[in-house]
Amino acid sequence: MSSESAVDGVGEDSAAINAAGDSGEEPPLRVENLRKEFGGITAVDGASFEVADGSLTGLIGPNGAGKSTTFNCITGVQEPTGGAVYFNGSDIAGRAPNAIVNRGLVRTFQIARELAEMTVLENLMLAPQRQQGEALYRSVLPPFRDGVIEEETELREAVWESLEFFEIDHLAEEQAGNLSGGQRKLLELARALMTDPDMLLLDEPFAGVNPTLEAKLLDRINQLRAEEGLTFLLVEHDMDIIMEHCDPVIVMHQGHVLAEGRPGEIRNNERVVDAYFGEQR
Amino acid sequence: MSSDQFQTGRLTQFRELLERSDAALVLTAMAAFYLLFLGIGAILNYDVAGLISILGQVTFFTAVYALIVLALNLHWGYAGLFNIGIAGFMAVGVYTMAMLTAPPTGSPPGLGLPVAVGIVGGMLAAALVGLVTALPALRLRADYLAIVTVAISEIIRLTYNSPAFSTFTLPGGIALGTGGASGIGTVPSNPVQAIYYVDPSSAASGTTPIGAAIFGFFEAVFGVVRSAVIVDLTYGLVLAVVVFLVYTLLARVGNSPFGRVLKAIREDEVVAKSLGKDTNRFKIKTFMLGCALMGLAGVLWQGFGTGAVYPQAFRPELTFYIFIAVIIGGAGSNTGSVLGGAVFANLLFLLPQYLPNIIEQTFSIQADPNNFIAAVGPIAAGEIAPLLGYILNQRLPALRFVFVGVLLVYLMQNRPEGLLGHRTETAAAVNLSEGHTAAEQTGSDLTAPEGGVDDE
Repeated sequence: MSSESAVDGVGEDSAAINAAGDSGEEPPLRVENLRKEFGGITAVDGASFEVADGSLTGLIGPNGAGKSTTFNCITGVQEPTGGAVYFNGSDIAGRAPNAIVNRGLVRTFQIARELAEMTVLENLMLAPQRQQGEALYRSVLPPFRDGVIEEETELREAVWESLEFFEIDHLAEEQAGNLSGGQRKLLELARALMTDPDMLLLDEPFAGVNPTLEAKLLDRINQLRAEEGLTFLLVEHDMDIIMEHCDPVIVMHQGHVLAEGRPGEIRNNERVVDAYFGEQR
Repeated sequence: MSSDQFQTGRLTQFRELLERSDAALVLTAMAAFYLLFLGIGAILNYDVAGLISILGQVTFFTAVYALIVLALNLHWGYAGLFNIGIAGFMAVGVYTMAMLTAPPTGSPPGLGLPVAVGIVGGMLAAALVGLVTALPALRLRADYLAIVTVAISEIIRLTYNSPAFSTFTLPGGIALGTGGASGIGTVPSNPVQAIYYVDPSSAASGTTPIGAAIFGFFEAVFGVVRSAVIVDLTYGLVLAVVVFLVYTLLARVGNSPFGRVLKAIREDEVVAKSLGKDTNRFKIKTFMLGCALMGLAGVLWQGFGTGAVYPQAFRPELTFYIFIAVIIGGAGSNTGSVLGGAVFANLLFLLPQYLPNIIEQTFSIQADPNNFIAAVGPIAAGEIAPLLGYILNQRLPALRFVFVGVLLVYLMQNRPEGLLGHRTETAAAVNLSEGHTAAEQTGSDLTAPEGGVDDE
């Protein structure tokens, strides 16, 4: 809402491949000519776009447009067939998902993937990066164990704060599999934030979330953008949310970027209307 | 509800104790097994030495099964690694120990190193074989690990069985051997014997002061008792201590950020990766640790326990015994693993060995007909005794598989999660619930109606 950075130049030769990622010049995420083929089907067919620093960018498109596959290729869940994905200036295409998260780019899933047989608390405790106790010897050997316990105590505080913010603290001890659909979405967002990322890719985060909480989440997202400079890329089917909160909006259709711009421009873009409703001339 | 509680107040208290305290649960189960087998000994008119011997057996088999089930639980229960090559990793452990410690002059020749080197070497070798197995398999889908491990287990057994390696010479001119099909008979004697005998390898060498005191005590209390059964019982108790140590180690692994990642891998590896965890590293470390413990179990069971190392002891059914034990106990629970190991060792492994004698003793059934026709034929005439006799004649241990099958069918239908698999053991180094005290407490009351049903 506050950031007015309209992103232009969709298909132009972006010559600025500044590996260092200079603050103003290089956007946190730049996707170039991304391709993903499954056998004979081309799910993503040369998509190129950028996501500006601190923005809440919307990614929309009809079913099968390639949005989720684009997400998967950016986050390493699937290996792209071709093209490049620059995150903070370095090419992350084809890297392992965990390596990408380590760099500060985290995602949520369209269908929430909570760890069903772990408690809500455990789900969140899992997320913080580079925990000391993830080294086997530190977990086991007495001289290191104290440090692990100290760190766990600190993380526990952060986890409870997050649970309270997302209003799921009353479910903390519950197995995540017992949560409702909307609660799982919240859990997943809370968990992704616990990784302390620079940028989040959210795949339909508001599906099944009640309007009050939805408003609260959007407030929180805008707060994180303003205060911590986090960047968000959002896939969403709810046009009201997209048009009201996302800026800019990227429209995908048949595997490539059809249009990109301010919500108002997108709403009036004929090609976008055609893609959604079919050509009616 | 309240009237029931009044009637069975003590029983309820006891049940609550068992639910609260894992130690009480395990000790109660062991007490029950000891009583059962003492009863069996009494029915069979065993003397004191016989009774001590039977207690020693119960302790030994419970301990070795518990040990190896704990190791499998780390693989399968915690990380979801489907290892069906357990027997192979045990074999690597015990063979490495035997080859390192057997005397160079023996047949087959060994390296003559100290026992401690042998134990550590055996564990390291098993861990390394685990690494070699896991590296290619973990890159593939989970089921491939199962295929690779069962294959490697058989390759290991057949390699040790092969005459080609019966004796061979290393490049440095050092002679070494596996003994082929007859194995290695020159395994070092049980280290526990050093407590009792001046020369650990020979009972005739005279007793140490400690040995004299303990043997004297048993002689004074029970009359003359064979020293060998006391040594065996001592070894069983030493193994129980080892089980406790391994249990503590694995509980620490489980209650840590490392264990949390393992749990996440078991649940959904893609999520674990999407939260920045290098899952392959976690899986490989876990696989190696579990294999090292399997190697240790091999050394303690086959090496020092039975005193002979031969390939036939590591057939695939051993692996399936361990899996059955972990299913009985409940995958994911360390206490369940110990219990599952105890139940399997006592009720499915030892009991069938004693049952025929008890039945013969009690019911005076002749262990007669040798063939199936002669056993089944008389049923037409209403006579069931020949069939029972036939079953006895075939010895019940052979029917162990039938028992196991019946038990598995029962468990799958009525309690698929095993004895303790329903419990959720929270994976964290601290009590996570406590963090809430800092914040407002109002929310926590809401958990009671739903969350209070099944406490962790």
